[in-house]
Amino acid sequence: MDSMKDTLTDPIVKNNPIALQILGICSALAVTSSLQVTMVMCIALTLVTGFSNLFISLIRSFIPGSIRIIVQMTIIASLVILVDEVLKAVAYDISKQLSVFVGLIITNCIVMGRAEAYAMKNPPGASFVDGIGNGLGYSVVLIFVAVIRELFGSGKLFGFEILPLITEGGWYNPNGLLLMPPSAFFLIGLFIWILRAWDAKQVEEPEFRMANHTVAEEGA
Amino acid sequence: MSSTESTGRILRVAFTLCIVCSVIVSTAAVVLKPAQEANKSLDRKRNILQAAGMLQEGASIDEQYAVIEERYVDLSTGRFTDDVAQGYDQRSASKDPASSRDIPLEEDIAKVGRQADVAQVYLVRGDSGDFDKVILPVHGYGLWSTMYGFLALESDANTVAGLGFYEHGETPGLGGEVDNPRWKAMWPGKQVYRDGEVELQLLKGTVNPASDDADWEVDGLSGATLTSRGVSNLISFWLGDDGFAPFLENLRNGEA
Repeated sequence: MDSMKDTLTDPIVKNNPIALQILGICSALAVTSSLQVTMVMCIALTLVTGFSNLFISLIRSFIPGSIRIIVQMTIIASLVILVDEVLKAVAYDISKQLSVFVGLIITNCIVMGRAEAYAMKNPPGASFVDGIGNGLGYSVVLIFVAVIRELFGSGKLFGFEILPLITEGGWYNPNGLLLMPPSAFFLIGLFIWILRAWDAKQVEEPEFRMANHTVAEEGA
Repeated sequence: MSSTESTGRILRVAFTLCIVCSVIVSTAAVVLKPAQEANKSLDRKRNILQAAGMLQEGASIDEQYAVIEERYVDLSTGRFTDDVAQGYDQRSASKDPASSRDIPLEEDIAKVGRQADVAQVYLVRGDSGDFDKVILPVHGYGLWSTMYGFLALESDANTVAGLGFYEHGETPGLGGEVDNPRWKAMWPGKQVYRDGEVELQLLKGTVNPASDDADWEVDGLSGATLTSRGVSNLISFWLGDDGFAPFLENLRNGEA
């Protein structure tokens, strides 16, 4: 049971898909300007990762190696379409705001990555938990980014006013940069920095070292 | 191992998977369709009410929409027509050569390409039986996308009651400010026609309230020249002679 818990919690901090593996950044930039939209995206991605892992793991012994990626894609794509259809039916406004990004979960590297790296080799229960865990790891980073972006970018959280804006008669002058996608890059960078300062094991070995400068080579 | 990798096996697995997945996806699409359609129509009604400045938050949209009468207008004659199929959709009609016309390039200032022969308009009936407001569907090309919206006019068919876009893909924060409530609040009270010509347009910068033309001018969106131009163009097109001008003329004279 302990290992199950680790499977669930490891991807949240120790092996975070965004912070350590640097996967799934694209949607993290696009959907984090408002917290409500972010939450829906996180739930959608967590469910898709969990269930795609579950189904792929269930049929893993039947999947021929030569077509395994396309089989994974088919399962993931079907799940994403399901999520998109459900969103359109129950949360139309949010699905309009998320527009293409729900569809783009198909290409989210986290989902594919977990399917290929974990679900193909592990039993269904553990795979499902691993998928949920990775979804939660993604969610933690997205929510961190979204809280900062919405609070300091538009003075609101979940659409409710927290910091009254100057333009609406308050005192807070919002930072427009935070509403633009590049700000998410800075925030994710800071998040990774904080995480690695706290847990130094995550710092990567440099891939190469500068060679010493030698006069002989310069002449050659 | 060779058995999982044999060609027959690969084909069998792929085929079975595709069948299973397509059944699941199509079932979901069919089962959820009514709810999605209901959402879509609610969203459209909401936008119509919003453009007319009649939307009250919290109250039921369907109840508020009850005062609105949906009518169809033949754009070539400018008169009401009932000669439309059940569930007529102007946007799909504009793609069908049988129910639309190709707009000559030099006339197509709003860059809409094709125009449906019949447009759906919405009338708000007053107590006297005359109409209070008329809401017209408008669309045109901005910077990146075709912007779809509704323009509401008061009973003189000249004074703007409101404007709202429900679908566009303009840059958030710049052209996307067409959704900004403070910008939209500048529209009500503006005039469309002067001496029979469409004069209403967006300025670059802010409108000088002392100017003689102030009634026909709206502030442009800062940092979004092309979106602003797109909005001006779609107003000129849809309220011009190729658009709703003949219909509005008839409406004013009570002959529509």
